[in-house]
Amino acid sequence: MRVKALLAVLFIGIILFWTVEDMPAFGDPQAPATQYTGKLYVESVLPDIGIDNIVTAILASYRGFDTLGEVVVIFTAGISVTLLLRRGGRL
Amino acid sequence: MRENVVIRTVSRIAVPFIQVFALYVIVHGALGAGGGFQGGVVFAASFILMTVAFGLTSVRKRLSNKWIVVYSVLGITIYAGIGLLCLLMGGNYLEYGVIETILGIPHLHGYLLDAVEIGIGITVMAVMTSIICDMADKGGESS
Repeated sequence: MRVKALLAVLFIGIILFWTVEDMPAFGDPQAPATQYTGKLYVESVLPDIGIDNIVTAILASYRGFDTLGEVVVIFTAGISVTLLLRRGGRL
Repeated sequence: MRENVVIRTVSRIAVPFIQVFALYVIVHGALGAGGGFQGGVVFAASFILMTVAFGLTSVRKRLSNKWIVVYSVLGITIYAGIGLLCLLMGGNYLEYGVIETILGIPHLHGYLLDAVEIGIGITVMAVMTSIICDMADKGGESS
């Protein structure tokens, strides 16, 4: 059983190391991740919104509705814990 | 736990700095690393430290159950209210640029983003503190 587990780990590990060499280098400007939407955001955040932090601009402005949903999810979790654990007390 | 001088003294010194740092992280969201989620969690961490060091009663004295619920609703109301304001100004929901164009104030878009981050921070702080307080509470000890 332990030999089988070791074989499985080695097999998956070799595959993972094998794929590492196909990944783009760190900070490569020719990588696909920096070619399309990333380039668009880097170019258009400052004229569109006027703040420096691209991450905040995407989080709160371009994807604002999504972030509102995330906050509602956290709020729902808190309300659920309150309703389950706080018995007998007033809200 | 109540008699431990080291924990109490270190917490008394550390809590104000943690809270100021949390406010810095929330307000700094538009300029550098930071944001409402991170800052809210750091702010809640200061209340968790107070729960560990001084007990639940002292946290309840500063942030009662009623105000925790009020704060968590207030944060979402700030966020959704700014979205509705954009709707009233004739744009889409959460389209902050419309307000900047109509009122003519420069950089208003960034300030609205800051307000939204503050709303997120208030909600996250209240919910995290609420979860910790409810779990540490032994059945109506200090509620």
